[in-house]
Amino acid sequence: MSFISRGFKGRGRREGAAGRLPPGQYLEHGFPVLSAGPTPHTPLDRWDFTMVGQVDQVRRWTWDEFLALPAETITRDIHCVTKWSKLDSTWTGVSVDTLLDGVETSADYVLAFCDGGYTTNLPLEDVTGGKAWIAYAYEGQPLAPAHGGPARLLVPHLYFWKSAKWVRGLELLAADQPGFWESLGYHNRGDPWREQRYWGDE
Amino acid sequence: MGAVPSRLSWRVATVRAVQPETQRVLSLVLDVPGWDGHQPGQHIDVRLTAADGYQAQRSYSISSAPEDPAITITVERLDDGEVSPYLADVLRPGDGLELRGPIGGWFTWTTQDGGPLLLVAGGSGLAPLMAMLRHRAARRSTVPVRLLYSSRGFDDIIYRAELDRLVSHDPDLAVVHTLTRSQPPGWTGYARRIDGAMLAAVAWAPEARPLAMVCGPTPMVEAVADALVALGHDPGRIRTERFGPTGG
Amino acid sequence: MDAEALRLDGNAAAGLLDQIFASEVTTVRGTCAGCGRTSSIGALLLYGGAMGAVLRCPGCEAVVLRAAAIRGRYLLDLRGAAHLELRDGA
Ligand SMILES: Cc1cc2nc3c(=O)[nH]c(=O)nc-3n(C[C@H](O)[C@H](O)[C@H](O)COP(=O)(O)OP(=O)(O)OC[C@H]3O[C@@H](n4cnc5c(N)ncnc54)[C@H](O)[C@@H]3O)c2cc1C
Ligand SMILES: [Zn+2]
Repeated sequence: MSFISRGFKGRGRREGAAGRLPPGQYLEHGFPVLSAGPTPHTPLDRWDFTMVGQVDQVRRWTWDEFLALPAETITRDIHCVTKWSKLDSTWTGVSVDTLLDGVETSADYVLAFCDGGYTTNLPLEDVTGGKAWIAYAYEGQPLAPAHGGPARLLVPHLYFWKSAKWVRGLELLAADQPGFWESLGYHNRGDPWREQRYWGDE
Repeated sequence: MGAVPSRLSWRVATVRAVQPETQRVLSLVLDVPGWDGHQPGQHIDVRLTAADGYQAQRSYSISSAPEDPAITITVERLDDGEVSPYLADVLRPGDGLELRGPIGGWFTWTTQDGGPLLLVAGGSGLAPLMAMLRHRAARRSTVPVRLLYSSRGFDDIIYRAELDRLVSHDPDLAVVHTLTRSQPPGWTGYARRIDGAMLAAVAWAPEARPLAMVCGPTPMVEAVADALVALGHDPGRIRTERFGPTGG
Repeated sequence: MDAEALRLDGNAAAGLLDQIFASEVTTVRGTCAGCGRTSSIGALLLYGGAMGAVLRCPGCEAVVLRAAAIRGRYLLDLRGAAHLELRDGA
């Protein structure tokens, strides 16, 4: 019924990625840039990362303090809701577990906030237990501003809009609060394997 | 005008002709069923669908005048692009092409909008401005127009012969070329990127309140718009159409 | 490359916006709730790529209007617009 463009294959491929592509996704070998706003350029001496909201005490790290935290290097597949997936991307950063170590909280949700005003919301359990990082290097190089540098949230098991670029902190919340795209029709959780793209997806 | 409900539904056009323009640019002449006209400067969205359901969508300006019976888009082929090489290399007369439009009422000009009109283009950014020039010629309008057009080399000038022809019998139209990468022997025209000094020389003075339409690759459009404002032109009289990161 | 290199003119979002408004929308004038500057929608700065249209004020870069097409539904967020002005016969 729907129109097929004769001879068009496009960059989108599914071959050669058996079992690793969630439904509706295609392989991408580049690293497309998608942004809701201009690229901020916060000088590192003015950068900090804070843990605020429902915490016994606000936690704050300067850039140097952040780099001194124990780091992990991980290799993961990433999946963008605009249908590209990139396999085996390698990141270095601090596990959110490390940042939450010793923090007393009754929160069930977090809202990541960023330079430029972007936000994204997640259940606390999606950023704990070795599932999320604040990444500052990509493929061994400092994370480029276009890709969220100096640091971005990395939550590879959810659609990539949850991996907020230019992240500056996490607000711990008792009640869920939809972020930038989650308040414009995008799914609240965004699990690519369940194809949770939009409001109303199961 | 007004709201035509079906206007923005996707429909399948038929490629009537594929015309090479330069080594890297070609025009596609399209028959669109139920097409009820456009305004010079408007664009269409093109959507390609692979057999496995994969889709890619891009915008292309209409380069033909509303007075033409068929619509034409003029596409620059980007070697590493996804959509433009398909349009350039694969499409043949008789093929279908899914599109919606015409779209956009902001970056448009008709003879009723008057002048003086300053057109500034880089590379394939000429396409929507060409629709304006063709419309103006079809209407035998005498609105004063100056086109400043930046191309890489002499052979990259799109519609060179047609522009020459339009200028040759129209005292109210001026076309100024600049060639940024290579110039033929004996070239006496500009040979650099468009800058404030070039705009000061080619454009009307700000007091003449020209309407400026600027189109091309994003960095070029931003540089030209900034330079016009710096020269004292009213930002409210400058309209821009960015084609994206490259494209020129 | 910075996100600024990828932004387009609001006019490029007309395909999506016209589906919502059903008539030409890029000449509608919107006033930024942040700084009060009035711009035609076609002259706002377009970000958001394939996820949706994020139209920002050319004066202060605040979000004036957001729109997304979600499986046959359209969502429009005008929180950043103090008001929109539409004219007859435009
Ligand atoms: C309103 C509007 C009207 C347009 N009208 C025309 C027209 O009349 N004629 C015309 O030829 N084009 C026009 N364009 C541009 C057109 O829509 C396409 O962008 C262009 O054809 C390239 O598409 P592509 O799929 O071939 O290339 P893509 O696959 O999209 O790639 C484009 C090029 O830019 C580079 N690129 C893309 N993204 C990035 C990035 N993030 N970082 C670095 N490089 C990047 C790629 O490497 C490639 O070289 C218009 C665009 C708009 C918004
Ligand atoms: Zn503003």
